Amino acid sequence: MSDKKVILKVRNLTKEFKIRAQKFGEQPQILHALTDVSVDIYEGETLGIIGESGCGKSTFGKCLVQLHKATAGSVEYDGRNIFELKKEDLKNLKRDIQMVFQDPFSSLDPRMTAGKLVEEPMIVHKVVTDKAERSRKALELLQTVGLDVQHVHRYPHEFSGGQRQRINVARALALNPKLIVCDEPVSALDVSIQAQVLNLFNQLQKEYNLTYVFISHDLSVIKHISDRIAIMYLGRIVELCDANSIYENPLHPYTQALLSAIPPESPFEKRERIVLSGEIPSPIGEQKGCPLAKRCPKCMERCKTDAPQLKDVGDGHHVACFLFDDK
Amino acid sequence: MSENLLTVKDLKTYFFTASGVSKAVDGVSFTLKKGETMGIVGESGSGKSVTASSIIRLLPPKIGRIVEGTIDFEGKDIIKLNKKELLNFRGKDIAVIFQDPMTSLDPVFKIGNQMVEMICAHQDVSKEEARKMAVEALKKVGIPQPEKRMESYPYELSGGMCQRVIIAMAVCCKPKMVIADEPTTALDVTVQAQVLELLQELQDEMDTSILLITHNLGVVWKMCDTVMVLYAGKTVEYADTKTLYAQPLHPYTWGLLDSMPKLSDTVKGELNTIPGVPPDLRLTGNCCNFYNRCPYAQERCGKEVPELVEVEPGHFVACHRQNKENKLVRGEENRNE
Repeated sequence: MSDKKVILKVRNLTKEFKIRAQKFGEQPQILHALTDVSVDIYEGETLGIIGESGCGKSTFGKCLVQLHKATAGSVEYDGRNIFELKKEDLKNLKRDIQMVFQDPFSSLDPRMTAGKLVEEPMIVHKVVTDKAERSRKALELLQTVGLDVQHVHRYPHEFSGGQRQRINVARALALNPKLIVCDEPVSALDVSIQAQVLNLFNQLQKEYNLTYVFISHDLSVIKHISDRIAIMYLGRIVELCDANSIYENPLHPYTQALLSAIPPESPFEKRERIVLSGEIPSPIGEQKGCPLAKRCPKCMERCKTDAPQLKDVGDGHHVACFLFDDK
Repeated sequence: MSENLLTVKDLKTYFFTASGVSKAVDGVSFTLKKGETMGIVGESGSGKSVTASSIIRLLPPKIGRIVEGTIDFEGKDIIKLNKKELLNFRGKDIAVIFQDPMTSLDPVFKIGNQMVEMICAHQDVSKEEARKMAVEALKKVGIPQPEKRMESYPYELSGGMCQRVIIAMAVCCKPKMVIADEPTTALDVTVQAQVLELLQELQDEMDTSILLITHNLGVVWKMCDTVMVLYAGKTVEYADTKTLYAQPLHPYTWGLLDSMPKLSDTVKGELNTIPGVPPDLRLTGNCCNFYNRCPYAQERCGKEVPELVEVEPGHFVACHRQNKENKLVRGEENRNE
């Protein structure tokens, strides 16, 4: 792994949201959306992020593209902390890191045609100033994502979900980004269309040497597209490893429980389910100990007071659990 | 085998819209036996939910109409029921669990009141008795402190909890059949597993039949005895789950099975996709609906609508190229030989 170039270095990224006090004079409460997330993202890889709703995976994506301002921590890109960049530098950076959102229906302006939608980022960032050149490039981009000349003058409502997601991808590609944060890009699509879009992502990655941060709650999708997978629980990364070893050798109790909950792949398969009792605890208020402590079947005394750190247990497999402390 | 509970034959439900007649359900046939679970799978727009709404006669008035077919539930034809009989039939004989747990409960009433109202509507009991039944039902679906939860509003509960409340409501009148329309799509995998297991437990206990509508094949493998694949409003394949998995016969089913990314795959390769998009439902009906996406299509497929035939005992397929004598093998030959 060490021979690969790190494109994004995330260190101790923390995001807290203040919840406004309900009554006068009350202290505002704090929601810990992300706690101490550190991860290296290598050039040309796909880092999959998976977790249940509310685990902070979208917040993580939004912090990377600075739609949220992180409370603490740093994200280094090209050797510089992106949170400290100002004006011109920041704008350049935003060109390099783009995002594709979940809902293909609400993320496109209904009053703009497909061609105009793809041109928009080029206008904003003043990449291509010549009008004719710009529309030519927009068409080219639409063709790379599998649309055609006939689609250029159509409005979003004339497209299906899969086609709209393709327009979103073309929009993200318009600025020649290095990294694309994909926040559940295929969750709203049907399986046959989902497969088409996943293939498109793979093909574009090869073509443009893109790096993806791919967020999803569907483990089979994540497994298919990712090189490495990070499993998040309650604002923390609990396990980070190779896409294959997560299935073959899950270490963290939460990962094991998550895997056992996935519906089987055939009617002949019977899976032993590991049940985590209770629901996900609230991220509001002070967080003490391991986030899984209350539900974990292997909880120890120590888990209730200390939070385990993400540690390498060999072969680039990282786990945040005291069970693997001595290794 | 046990007796048939529900028999749907050649059901056709059309929507009469300003831009033409949309054939949302255009020939769906199946039987559901007592105590069995049947899955309906298909992409969005394939008519899964409309089939369910047709069975409980909950179609939008004026626009949606059942134009053909019979729905036989324990000997009575549901299509011929009048308003009063329908009220008795819905909820009591068949209960429905809808997809989005947060919106199928009324946000301005406490869940206790909603449950009591429902029980009183279907059963001849006093309010106190109904309350007791509601608490009992909540306890059964595994909600902690049921008495306290009766006083909660839906927004105070998580998605999984809301879905449990809805399941509790569905089962407290002891229906003979439950229609679960994408019951777990809005939920996380761990919660999904809990809800599905809960449904299975309740089924074992009360011997209800479940009609499970989903687009997740994994859920079908886990839950269902038989499964029907819908495409553009038509039944394209219908068989018991294990047969469908081991020997699917319709090209669309092949495509559907192939386009699912699998956890056990070790290589990061291309997924097989079905090219193109589903047809416009206003224009279907004069050829095989899968004709323009099918890699095995022949001239005949573009001219005639295939009938649903029983190729093997209990295995129904609607494809011109699949019949008793002459079977098409998956991946054998390509387009227009």
